[in-house]
Amino acid sequence: MSDLKNYKPSSLLYLDGVSVSFDGFKALNSLSFVVEPGELRAIIGPNGAGKTTMMDIITGKTRPDSGEVFFNGTVDLTTKDEADIAQLGIGRKFQKPTVFESHTVWDNLELALNRKRGVFGTLFYKLTGEDKDRIEEILATVRLTHRKDDFGANLSHGQKQWLEIGMLLAQEPQLLLVDEPVAGMTDAETAETAILLREIAKTRSVVVVEHDMGFIRDLGVKVTCLAEGSVLAEGSIDFVSNDPKVIENYLGR
Amino acid sequence: MITSFLLKSLDKRVSIAILILLAIAVIVPVLNLSLSASNPLQIPTYVMQLFGKYLNYALLALALDLVWGFCGILSLGHGAFFALGGYAMGMYLMRQIGSRGSYGDPILPDFMVFLNWKSLPWFWHGFDMFWFACVMVLFVPGLLAFIFGWFAFRSRVNGVYLSIITQAMTYALMLAFFRNDMGFGGNNGLTDFKDIIGFEVQADSTRAVLFAASAIALALSLMIASGIVRSKAGKVLVGIRDAESRTRFLGYRVENYKLFTFVVSAMMAGVAGALYVPQVGIINPGEFAPGNSIEVVIWTAVGGRGTLIGPILGAILVNGGKTIFTGIWPEFWLFALGALFVAVTLFLPKGIVGTVAEFMAKRKAKAAVADKPADTTGAEQAEAAQ
Repeated sequence: MSDLKNYKPSSLLYLDGVSVSFDGFKALNSLSFVVEPGELRAIIGPNGAGKTTMMDIITGKTRPDSGEVFFNGTVDLTTKDEADIAQLGIGRKFQKPTVFESHTVWDNLELALNRKRGVFGTLFYKLTGEDKDRIEEILATVRLTHRKDDFGANLSHGQKQWLEIGMLLAQEPQLLLVDEPVAGMTDAETAETAILLREIAKTRSVVVVEHDMGFIRDLGVKVTCLAEGSVLAEGSIDFVSNDPKVIENYLGR
Repeated sequence: MITSFLLKSLDKRVSIAILILLAIAVIVPVLNLSLSASNPLQIPTYVMQLFGKYLNYALLALALDLVWGFCGILSLGHGAFFALGGYAMGMYLMRQIGSRGSYGDPILPDFMVFLNWKSLPWFWHGFDMFWFACVMVLFVPGLLAFIFGWFAFRSRVNGVYLSIITQAMTYALMLAFFRNDMGFGGNNGLTDFKDIIGFEVQADSTRAVLFAASAIALALSLMIASGIVRSKAGKVLVGIRDAESRTRFLGYRVENYKLFTFVVSAMMAGVAGALYVPQVGIINPGEFAPGNSIEVVIWTAVGGRGTLIGPILGAILVNGGKTIFTGIWPEFWLFALGALFVAVTLFLPKGIVGTVAEFMAKRKAKAAVADKPADTTGAEQAEAAQ
């Protein structure tokens, strides 16, 4: 994939030949993958295909054994840790909804807000009118205004997913990585989440990992199918779902 | 900036506690000193001394609550910071003895003369000055916490592993301080204190001042702890406690937050130790014993972890119980303490203050619901439908 290099300067996220193995198991096998600025991309693939490992590598949780990972074409992500990468503008939503359960919805968003993150910055932080407006705006976007004073622990599963997406928005990332956002959601919530993600993708790039093919179809975007740690097929949903290799590895006959 | 930080720290519960502590700081010494021994309201010196000790324990428990209750770091070595603060004060008190020691050496404390040492070890210099000792009371525990935390939090040692190494830390210090050649009096520790900033340690008036200082130190620390907890940084701490990776992926440097809290907490523990030593008149390596640090965890759990007020109450109640029980039935006490810990873990997982607060919140919520009966039926129907 030597022509991939040409994409590097204009890409938002650039992975080339990334490999990582755990105890001899190759979780990623020379994975190459480019996300353009402003792109909404869906990633599918069977269990163990390396979807979550890929996110771990992009966000600095796992270091690759080999390969290049660049953000904005110039920033080498393999030398940075989670906090650095978050501050660079990459937000991540976990597979299992992870919000601060003993904080209110409001506090969850306040913590996520893209402000000073040092100990002394937060120790003497004061909520400004501007920050207040921003939090209210996000509450409206993720449809949680009526629950802003409730504790994270008391939200329904779907609401927790939305709150987590709201926290990512508050972070104002350039790139959002979303791991299975509709797992365990009702059909109505799933449809609503698709709308929400498309809305978010208007102003930033989003990478969504999902198993739900109906949801991917709803999104109507370019799809990458991973299997055994590398890219199997890439293209529109119809192109990918008709690929014989994808059918064999993932969709089943 | 600092003022607004401290003003924000005052919620209702904390304000009441601070007022009570300040009132105690005045009333108890006055009742001790101004009334004659025959007056029923007179507080005997030994009682005041006992409660002064409890207040120091309460400060130690508060310090533990800051790291355990709010940041999820279960330190089983906080007794080490307490003891180090105590040793710093003890060294000052030793230097104050001067030529009044049994060997009459104007510079060297008795145990050094006994060991045939010719000159003062380098780390004993400066401890003849009160201000220097006060700085060391904060600096030494803070430095140890900083070095320890720097390595532990950076390498992401968490949970039970961290607890075990804190326990190992205090145990290692205990063994080190037991050695005579460490220069801290070995087995016997530091004792036979004569005076503190020119006042006789044993005098009632000095004891009254030490009691007041203990109450004021506790009130101040409570204010600082509450200020930290109620700031955005405090919310980050709770975030770390509940979902550490989420906090990291939001861009917070978790290790810095933990380090900051751990150091502040260690300094509070050091102050507690420094006030404790002149009141009890001795500091020895036994204070580093791992069991001591574990007891602090019990006080905190009994009072209510993560409530700030709870650990203060817990420390006073458990130690009050200890004083009473060891008086009437000494061999029973350790069983009672163990049973108490099991009972609290099983039946009051939030401790006394946590349980009461929860009860009050529930009652308040019920009252609020009762005001709006139409809403209740709606909510109940929704619940039934689920």
